[in-house]
Amino acid sequence: MNQPQIERPLGSSNYELRDLADWDRRIREKVDEFGLDCYPQEFEICDHVGMLGYMAYSGMPSHYPHWSYGKSYEKLKTLYDHGVSGLPYEMVINSNPAIAYLMRDNTLLLQILTIAHVYGHNDFFKNNFTYKSTRAELTVEIFKAHALRVRRYVEDPSIGIEKVERVLDAAHALSWQCRRNLAIRKLDRKEQIDRAVEGAQPRYDPFQKIHSRQEVKEADLHKVPIEPDEDLLLFIRDHNPFLAEWERDLLTIVDEEAKYFIPMMETKIMNEGWASYWHHRILESLGIEQGLHLEFIVRHNQVVRPIPGQINPYHLGLKIWQDIYRRWTNPTPEEIRRDGAPTKSGNEKLFEVREVERDSSFLRRYLTEDLLREMDIFEYESRGEEYVVSKVADDEGWKQVKDTLIKNVGTASIPVIKVEDADFGQARTLYLKHYHDGRDLLLEYAEKTIAYLQRLWGREVVLETSVDGKRSLLCCNERGFSVRALK
Amino acid sequence: MATGDTIFREYRPSDAERSDRSAGDRLRHRQKVRESIRENIADIIAEESIIGKDRDRVIKVPLRGIKEYRFVYGENSPGAAQGDGDSQPGQVVGKSGKDGPGKGDERAGDRPGVDYYETDVTLEELIDIMFEDLELPNLERRALREIQSDYSTKRKGYRKVGIRVRLDKRRTARQRVMRVLAAQRRNGAGTAPSAEELEADDDAALDELDETPSANVGSIPALKRRRHPFHQDDLRYKHIEVDTREESNAAVICIMDTSGSMDTMKKYLARSFFFLLYQFISTRYRNVEIVFIAHHTEANEVTEEEFFHKGESGGTFISSGYARALQIIAERYHPSLWNVYAFHCSDGDNFDSDNPAALKAAEELAEICNLFGYGEIKPLGSRYYESSMLNVFRRIQAPNFHTVLIERKEDIWPSFKAFLAKDRIKE
Repeated sequence: MNQPQIERPLGSSNYELRDLADWDRRIREKVDEFGLDCYPQEFEICDHVGMLGYMAYSGMPSHYPHWSYGKSYEKLKTLYDHGVSGLPYEMVINSNPAIAYLMRDNTLLLQILTIAHVYGHNDFFKNNFTYKSTRAELTVEIFKAHALRVRRYVEDPSIGIEKVERVLDAAHALSWQCRRNLAIRKLDRKEQIDRAVEGAQPRYDPFQKIHSRQEVKEADLHKVPIEPDEDLLLFIRDHNPFLAEWERDLLTIVDEEAKYFIPMMETKIMNEGWASYWHHRILESLGIEQGLHLEFIVRHNQVVRPIPGQINPYHLGLKIWQDIYRRWTNPTPEEIRRDGAPTKSGNEKLFEVREVERDSSFLRRYLTEDLLREMDIFEYESRGEEYVVSKVADDEGWKQVKDTLIKNVGTASIPVIKVEDADFGQARTLYLKHYHDGRDLLLEYAEKTIAYLQRLWGREVVLETSVDGKRSLLCCNERGFSVRALK
Repeated sequence: MATGDTIFREYRPSDAERSDRSAGDRLRHRQKVRESIRENIADIIAEESIIGKDRDRVIKVPLRGIKEYRFVYGENSPGAAQGDGDSQPGQVVGKSGKDGPGKGDERAGDRPGVDYYETDVTLEELIDIMFEDLELPNLERRALREIQSDYSTKRKGYRKVGIRVRLDKRRTARQRVMRVLAAQRRNGAGTAPSAEELEADDDAALDELDETPSANVGSIPALKRRRHPFHQDDLRYKHIEVDTREESNAAVICIMDTSGSMDTMKKYLARSFFFLLYQFISTRYRNVEIVFIAHHTEANEVTEEEFFHKGESGGTFISSGYARALQIIAERYHPSLWNVYAFHCSDGDNFDSDNPAALKAAEELAEICNLFGYGEIKPLGSRYYESSMLNVFRRIQAPNFHTVLIERKEDIWPSFKAFLAKDRIKE
């Protein structure tokens, strides 16, 4: 019965699987020619239901169950059913081999474009420094192991879904409160102690005789943590002795998963820009026939068009990559005067940048005033009921616009909160500090999230932050939530 | 470049249909939504839109409690976005509350506003949720009322014994074939009858079944010819269970003061209360009849439409409404057959001279009703200058009489619960 469909698995489209394999071969030749360095690639053709499923579970073939993914699926499906949002043409996960999903309904050109795009991502996953921490060859297995473990806890009669959800709900709320730059190694306690002792030594002073005595402050080596700790889930896991083994394991699972996704968050603009840049260059070099080429121009421009009122990472990323290539290949005389002649070729520069930057540094270094102006990027803030443009990219405003943009990309849009003291007031109160950078926390959300912290910690939790310019303590204990002003 | 070939995994419809990986999580999410609705039921009830609506109507319920909270930045964090080429400082680009500047549909980043959404439930579902934890206790209080009003039958399994009309020929025939085959295998005979043989045999055997047993006794030659007659053990009978329900007639008598002093707001509150009462009782009884009695100085039975919408004027004799209710109960809803629930809403602005009569009638009503309630509707503040019947009715000792004071719409649900709970405590 299904035979015809198996022979032509791509439904109504005018191509077959072997056409795709054919195009893939041609694209891979180009990929090699340009010097992209990819993991082996696997493509899976799926329909819209499958794609919605992958989207809800971040593209993972297996993932532990939690109601939030059901919620996310329903939401995606509603938006899709009502035509509010379409589906992506592809999805690719950072694993070795890289797994990508292609929509069955795509036209041949879209599939070609998508395959080229996927190789861009693939190269980026393999080479960008932020992904070094993700253990790509184990991705699928790790997520599968997580799923098995969580399912086992759910099925365990002494634990059950209610208890598992209690921990997972809380852990999900805190999962992004972790270290952002995973390339920096976290010191263990002993190393932290060494550093604290070293820091407390009086500094060498050749003019000791004429200087007043240096004040030496002894390092408090009994404090937990020695240095403020950003990994909230792991800190709680290691320092709340009342957690059961399975609860610790759930915290570990959620933390590992968050850390897997942090690099993606940190390089959204670079990554999408990079893939768009390469699909464009590859398709231009393939010499595709005219009919397809026209469609290519249309589709490409749909993907990388600027979206007024938002930042389209495809657009912004592509612009910057193209600008880098231009400046290192064909700089204007003025640029040579200002920055000196390029010492590398355009391609060399591209590959260097894709390896060593992430969004915040990428924007800081390569988003120029000219680009900002060309793209008409502005800063807005909320005034009363409305969002109002507060700064535009003119001579005086561009720096601030750029700073604001950088503050809103990747993990910079997540407040930095660190554990300062696990035994505050000798009462095992957890003292946290929000590293305020001019942006207040949304109190309604902070209140609820602190309650989750308190649930995991089991004792009072105190968060130092600043509300409307006043230092304040948000406290949460078994009696409830309160806000206290600090002097 | 990667070594080895790229792998293409083709689309297999069968796989796609089988894998609904999010089904479990969606179910769990819906359970959460239901819990959330239950927790916020009082707020939802207070929304005007659901009162008096059709049970099939779909209503939007704002969801709280299943947001996923995180630490996020609040209002004073500026954002950056791209303009259409000539953005100027001071230009308005969107409305707060929506997700960022409104020129596009969605904005990168995680403004919390995105997480807010509504869900659709039918009114019926909502009512079920509402009443899940309430019980109406008085149903079986008086033995007389326990009449089997209704019974239905349903099939449940098969038995080896039964009456002949329930014989299941198909299963019986199958049993016979099974027995024959089993017997042959056991005897080691390689001569299992072919399918055709069995079939031919079946037809004859079934004919035989159709005949009455006494007729069969006579036809010995016929039996001899068949090598595999039906055996007593082959017979299978459909088993039928009788599903009885106890008497479940209820009459809801809504009495409302429609005198001039009852304004729209008061009527609305009364209506909400009646609506809940009716819906609740409908979920517990098979057959619910509802009677509307409007009274000012005299009482009339009216239609629902008139009851809620027709304005009257004039003074108030509460006793007239009660007398009318007593009369209707006596005529149509004899307490030995009906569970009677009466509820009266008024603003308590009764003529003083009528109070003794009202008190007496109320006592009578309390005696024959399962539950009789009086709700005094005093929109906030008005109870200080209007007279009240609550003081008068305080003298009634009957345990199934209950008074509630409704001042605003948020009171409706709590007082409704209290009204039913009162009854439960006495149980």
